[in-house]
Amino acid sequence: MILPVILWTDALIFLLVAIVTVFALYARGKPHLRAPWRHVMCSRLGSPALVVLSAYVFIGLLDSLHYRPALENSDDSAQTHYAVEVLSVLDTLVGPLRTQTEKTYSAPFATHLYSRETVRHPDGSQTREYPRLEYGGRHLENPAADARADILQRSSVALMQALVASLAVLLLITLWQARRRRQVFTSTLQDILALRTTVPWLIFWITLSVLLLLTFLAINLSTVYHVFGTDKVGQDVFYQTLKSIRTGLIIGTLTTLVMLPFAIFLGILAGYARGWIDDVIQYIYTTLNSIPGVLLIAAAILMLQVYMANHPELFETTLERADIRLLFLCIILGITSWTGLCRLLRGEALKLREAEYIQAATAFGVRHSKIISRHILPNVMHIVLITVVLDFSGLVLAEAVLSYVGVGVDPTTNSWGNMINSARLEMAREPVVWWSLLSAFLFMFTLVLAANLFSDAVRDAFDPRLRQR
Amino acid sequence: MFAYIVRRVAYALPILIGVNLLTFYLFFVVNSPDDMARLHLGVKRVTPEAIDKWKAERGYDKPLVFNATETGIGRISETIFFEKSLKLFAFNFGHSDDGRDISHDIAQRMVPSLAIAIPSLVVGLLINITFAMLLAFFRGTYVDISGVILCVVLMSISAMFYIIGGQFLLGKLLRLMPISGYDIGLDAIKFLVLPVIIGVVSGIGSSSRLYRSFFLEEAGKDFIRTARAKGLKESRVLFRHLLSNAMIPIVTGVVVVLPLLFMGSLLLESFFAIPGLGSYTIDAINRQDFAIVRAMVFLGSVLYIVGLILVDITYTIVDPRVRLS
Repeated sequence: MILPVILWTDALIFLLVAIVTVFALYARGKPHLRAPWRHVMCSRLGSPALVVLSAYVFIGLLDSLHYRPALENSDDSAQTHYAVEVLSVLDTLVGPLRTQTEKTYSAPFATHLYSRETVRHPDGSQTREYPRLEYGGRHLENPAADARADILQRSSVALMQALVASLAVLLLITLWQARRRRQVFTSTLQDILALRTTVPWLIFWITLSVLLLLTFLAINLSTVYHVFGTDKVGQDVFYQTLKSIRTGLIIGTLTTLVMLPFAIFLGILAGYARGWIDDVIQYIYTTLNSIPGVLLIAAAILMLQVYMANHPELFETTLERADIRLLFLCIILGITSWTGLCRLLRGEALKLREAEYIQAATAFGVRHSKIISRHILPNVMHIVLITVVLDFSGLVLAEAVLSYVGVGVDPTTNSWGNMINSARLEMAREPVVWWSLLSAFLFMFTLVLAANLFSDAVRDAFDPRLRQR
Repeated sequence: MFAYIVRRVAYALPILIGVNLLTFYLFFVVNSPDDMARLHLGVKRVTPEAIDKWKAERGYDKPLVFNATETGIGRISETIFFEKSLKLFAFNFGHSDDGRDISHDIAQRMVPSLAIAIPSLVVGLLINITFAMLLAFFRGTYVDISGVILCVVLMSISAMFYIIGGQFLLGKLLRLMPISGYDIGLDAIKFLVLPVIIGVVSGIGSSSRLYRSFFLEEAGKDFIRTARAKGLKESRVLFRHLLSNAMIPIVTGVVVVLPLLFMGSLLLESFFAIPGLGSYTIDAINRQDFAIVRAMVFLGSVLYIVGLILVDITYTIVDPRVRLS
C-alpha cells in the first residue's frame, strides 16, 4: 500500500504537461501550426536536442510522481501508517542507488574508501589502511586485480544490449516510414541512412542509440559500482545528479509558467490601451527592472524562511518544505524576469493595433476583449514561445548561481547548484575530490546545450524574419 | 536635447521612490525594528530599554511608513521610510548596522570592482568583435558553422565552472597566479589577471554570437552590395562600411551596462576574495544588514537609469538619423 503525495510543483508540472498535450492535439489538425514544428523536427541540430531534452523530461516526470510507502504494521490496528519519507517512482526504479551509501568519499569505480581508517584485525593488531567499500565492487574477490576486467566485461555486455536495442529501434523506424511512404523496406532504409528523408531519422537514431548505450551502461555498472563516486556523507553522486534533473527542469519551466500570465496580460494591455494604463505598466516594469535581481530574490527568500520558521505546522514533511521553497523561488524568479517579455509584447501590440485588419475589426464594432483574444494574441504567440524556450537555459544556469549566494533552492533539495556549491570546497583537498563537480557539470552542460540548440531551432522556425534569410 | 534629459531625470524620481518603497516593504515584512535590535544586541539579556535605545540611536524608533500621531506633512515625514530615503537621494547612505560609514566603504570598494570590470570589458569587447567579424567574414562556410557551435557550447557552461576550472587549472595545477586574494596598489595586478581572464572567457560565447548576428544583419543590406559593386576591396568593405554600422548596436549595448560596472561582479569577487562592491553585497545579504542592502539597491537603480539615459544620448552621437524629442 502506498499513499500518493502530490506536491505543489508536481501539480503544476502535470498541469504544464496537460497544456502541452492539449496544444499538441489541437495543432495536429492545423497545418499552419504544424508547419513550424515540422521545421524544428527537420533541423539537424534541433532534432537530436529534442531527443536529449525528452530523455531529461522523462526522468524529471518519473521523479515527479511522489508517494509515501506504508510502514510495517506493528500493533495489528486496521489503520496503516505511512513513512515520513516521501519517495518518487524514480527512487523505486533506481532502488539500490539510493540506499547503498558508504561512509564518506569514494572515487568513481573505487573499491576502497577515499580516506584511511584504523582497522582492527581479528588477532588484535591495528593498521591504518583504506577499507573496502560496503557496496562498491563488493562482489569482487580480489578488487585490485579483477576490477578492470569486471568493468570491461560489464561494459561489453551493455554495449551488446545497446546494439540490439538500437537495431530494433532502427527496424521500427524503417518499418513505420516504409508503411507511411508506401515504399519497399530496403529503399526506405537506404534513404534513411543516406539522410535523404525530410526528417533526419538517421540523426534521431544515432542520438537515441547513444542514449541507449549510456542507459545500459548505467544499468549494468551503477548497481555494483558508484559510477560517479560518493560524496561526503557517502551518498551516490550519480543518484544525486539524477535527482537534480527534476529541480533544474522545474526552475526552467515553472518560472516561465508563473511569469507568462503577467507578461502577456500586462504587455498586450499596455500596447493596446495606451494612455495612462501604458504609463502605469511601464512604470511598474521599469521599477522592477531597475532593482538588482539577486537582491530582490534574496529579500524574498529571506521573507519565506522567516514565514516557514513561524508556521512549522503547515508542512508535514521536510520534502514539502523544500518543495514550497522551490515553488517560491520559481515565483520570485518569474517576477524578476517577466519584464523583458512584457516590453516585447507591448511593442508588438502597439504595432499590431495599427494594422489594417485590426482597424477593420474596430470599425465593425468588435469588442476589445474579442480583438485581443482573436487577433492580437495569436499574432504575438510566436514571440512568447521563442522567449520561453530561450529563457529556459538561462534559468537552469541561474539556479546554480543563486544556490551559491545562499538564496537558491533548499539545502536539502538535490540540485546542481547545491552539488557545485558543496563540491567547490573539496577542490582544495589532496588528492582532489573532483567527481561531484564533474557529474554536475556533465548533466547540467548536456541539458543546457540541448536547450540552447533546441531554442535556436525553434527561433529559426517561428521567426519569419530569420527564415527568409 | 537638454530638455529631454531634464525630463528623463525627472521621470527617474518616481521610479527611485518606487524602488525604495519596495525594498523597504520587503525587508520590514521580515524584520521588525525590534527584531533587528535583538539580533544586534544578542538574544540574551536584552531589556526593552536597551532595544529602545538601539532603535533611537539608529533612527528606527518611528513608525514605518505612516505616522498617525502627527498632523499634516508630518504624517509622512516623521517616519523611518521618509528619513532613511531622503538621505539616499543626497547619496548619504548613513551607517551600516555595525556602525561603519557606508559611503566611505562604497567609495573604497569601488576601486577593486572597477579594476576587474574595466579590463574584462575592454579585452572582452576586442576579442568578441574580432571573433564575430571573423565568423561574419566566413559566413556560411564550415568555419562559421563550427564557430557558432563553439559559441553555443561555451554559452552552455555555467559561470561557476569557468571560475572553479580556471582556479584549479591556472592557479593550482600550473601555479601561474595566486588562486584568490587582493593587494593594494600595483601589487594587485597579479591577483587580477585570473579573474579578468575568466570574466572574458565566460562572456565570449553569448557576446560573439550576438555580435555575429549584428554583422550579418548589416551584411545583407543594400549599401554593402553597392560598396562591393563599386569595386572596393573586401577588407575596406568589412572595416569601413560593415564595422562602423554594426558598431551602433554594439556600442549602445555596452553603454547601457557601463554604469553598472561600478556594482562589481557578485560571483567573481566572492570566489576570488576581492574586496569590491559585489562581495560587499553578498556579505550584506548574509549578515542581513539592511542599511547596506538598501544602499546597494538604490545605487544599482540609479546606475541603471543613468545607463538608459546614456544610451539615448549615445544613439544621437553614433547614429545621426536618431533625434531625441
